[in-house]
Amino acid sequence: MTSLRHATLAGAALAALPFVVMMGTTAQAAPADDAARWEMLRDMYFAGRTVEDAGSLLSLEAPTRAHDAALVPIRIATAPGSDVKVNAVHLIVDENPVPLAAIFRFADGGPQAVETRIRVNAYTNVTAIAETSDGRLLKTAQFVKAAGGCSAPALKNPQLTLARMGKMKLNLPDTLVAGQPVTAQLLISHPNNTGMQYDQLNYYYIPAHYVTTVSVRYNGAPVLDVTSDISLSEDPSIHFSLVPEKEGTLEVTAEDSRGRVFKESWPIRAAQGS
Amino acid sequence: MVLGAWALWAAPARADVLPVIEVAPGVFVHAGRHAETDAGNEGDIANCGFIVGAEAVAVIDTGGGPAVGRHLREAVRARTALPIRYVVNTHMHPDHVLGNAAFQEDGARTVAHQRFQAALMARSSHYLRMFEDAAGADAARDVAFLPVAIAVSDRLEIDLGGRILDLVAHPPAHTDNDLTVFDRQTGTLWTGDLVFMERAPAVDGTALGWLKALDTLAALPAQRAVPGHGPPAAPWPDAAAGLRRYLEQLVTGVRAVQKSGGTIQRAIAEVAAQEKTRWQLFDEYHPRNVTAVFAELEWE
Repeated sequence: MTSLRHATLAGAALAALPFVVMMGTTAQAAPADDAARWEMLRDMYFAGRTVEDAGSLLSLEAPTRAHDAALVPIRIATAPGSDVKVNAVHLIVDENPVPLAAIFRFADGGPQAVETRIRVNAYTNVTAIAETSDGRLLKTAQFVKAAGGCSAPALKNPQLTLARMGKMKLNLPDTLVAGQPVTAQLLISHPNNTGMQYDQLNYYYIPAHYVTTVSVRYNGAPVLDVTSDISLSEDPSIHFSLVPEKEGTLEVTAEDSRGRVFKESWPIRAAQGS
Repeated sequence: MVLGAWALWAAPARADVLPVIEVAPGVFVHAGRHAETDAGNEGDIANCGFIVGAEAVAVIDTGGGPAVGRHLREAVRARTALPIRYVVNTHMHPDHVLGNAAFQEDGARTVAHQRFQAALMARSSHYLRMFEDAAGADAARDVAFLPVAIAVSDRLEIDLGGRILDLVAHPPAHTDNDLTVFDRQTGTLWTGDLVFMERAPAVDGTALGWLKALDTLAALPAQRAVPGHGPPAAPWPDAAAGLRRYLEQLVTGVRAVQKSGGTIQRAIAEVAAQEKTRWQLFDEYHPRNVTAVFAELEWE
């Protein structure tokens, strides 16, 4: 995190906010540095494999300038053709200390959209890599200006955060029709401590403690499996596609880095489709 | 000759007295600018001031930089020779505390909310770095984070000599460590950043908690408030009307976006958009407020 100091330059809003967007351009790495960083990450995560430009098969939406570096919304959508299936998407925050934020594995290789929120520690490319069923790797990336997201104290209300740990919420549209896909949002209350948050009162780094896996099952069948790391924001949020049946149960199992397992399930009823 | 030398020496000191307004007898307030900290203003971007009793002085917030604190101290000294017994910090944000070090030599005791110290220390290195970057290394040299001598867990009276100040530690609102000061003698309520006027508010705690805190404060028999940002004083409870309107729109607007399955990005674009022309520095603070409130309300 050598760039952290640089990344908190100029234009800092000092009045009231602890970790804010930086307007200056000083922290923006030169494109050549970005490319070198990516080559290193590619060798680290996808050694020996070819990574192609995704073109229209994969899209990534991120704010070019984040409003809260510890809570940067990212949306990834796949648009595979009839002959291509996307089995997994890797989300990488190039400049973060642990760049691989999450891997989303889909049971259905058709079009998918996932959304989550990440911590951004320094101005960075955010990269999505789609893995197709025939073993190709497809890449898209977007530059995001934000800094300090990994070391930002999770302090909005620490007592509440701890008391709520492991609690989950599922948000669905008000009306569901069997067979028609909807976007569901899963929220898992968890501090997702990065290990970089310093407790200066007690003089220690709060140990890393974060959600490592999330498994979503619907009527016993897999929907989504997520492997995650410290780059996901506090209270991890995941939007995913779901095709409801007339009656069904959605089950979520999450595990964290201390081996704690959290489970929750929700009955889902949908109107009869035509 | 001696007199002349004294006058020459004293001249710059006079220029460095922070301008204050006596908003009620013995209650002096300096109104900070509606700007971000830079080398020119050295962090003079929040309200600060002091209350003078028969025996002692309480300074309330110290400005957003060491120089502001020193100039505030000169303003006290220009009004009274009584000892500065207390420095009260209304919350941990740097624009209210970075002047604290100026009062070290007075032996003043720092008074703050019981959660103040933890909140400040978790962010102090970040605050210092931001201040250095914005105001320059020279300006930042004297920044010191002093330990809190008196931590307020609920309520505390401090006596300045026939003048009682009621300090109240609030549940999480603007931050998780907001403290208000009520001067019984003049009915002046020093709100800290629980009240913003003119300058866009920043939600660094909880919007719902903040609205509750405003209800609590509205019930107080205060004549006037000294807001954390805005004019030196304003009639109470009207002073909080704009802030309440903004927070209510944030909450109802974000709830509506969430109910329709909307994203944070959509909420930033849509929620409380009509407030834009009513606040200075709106674009610097509003998008982050929406983001924070969005995350807060998801767990209602």
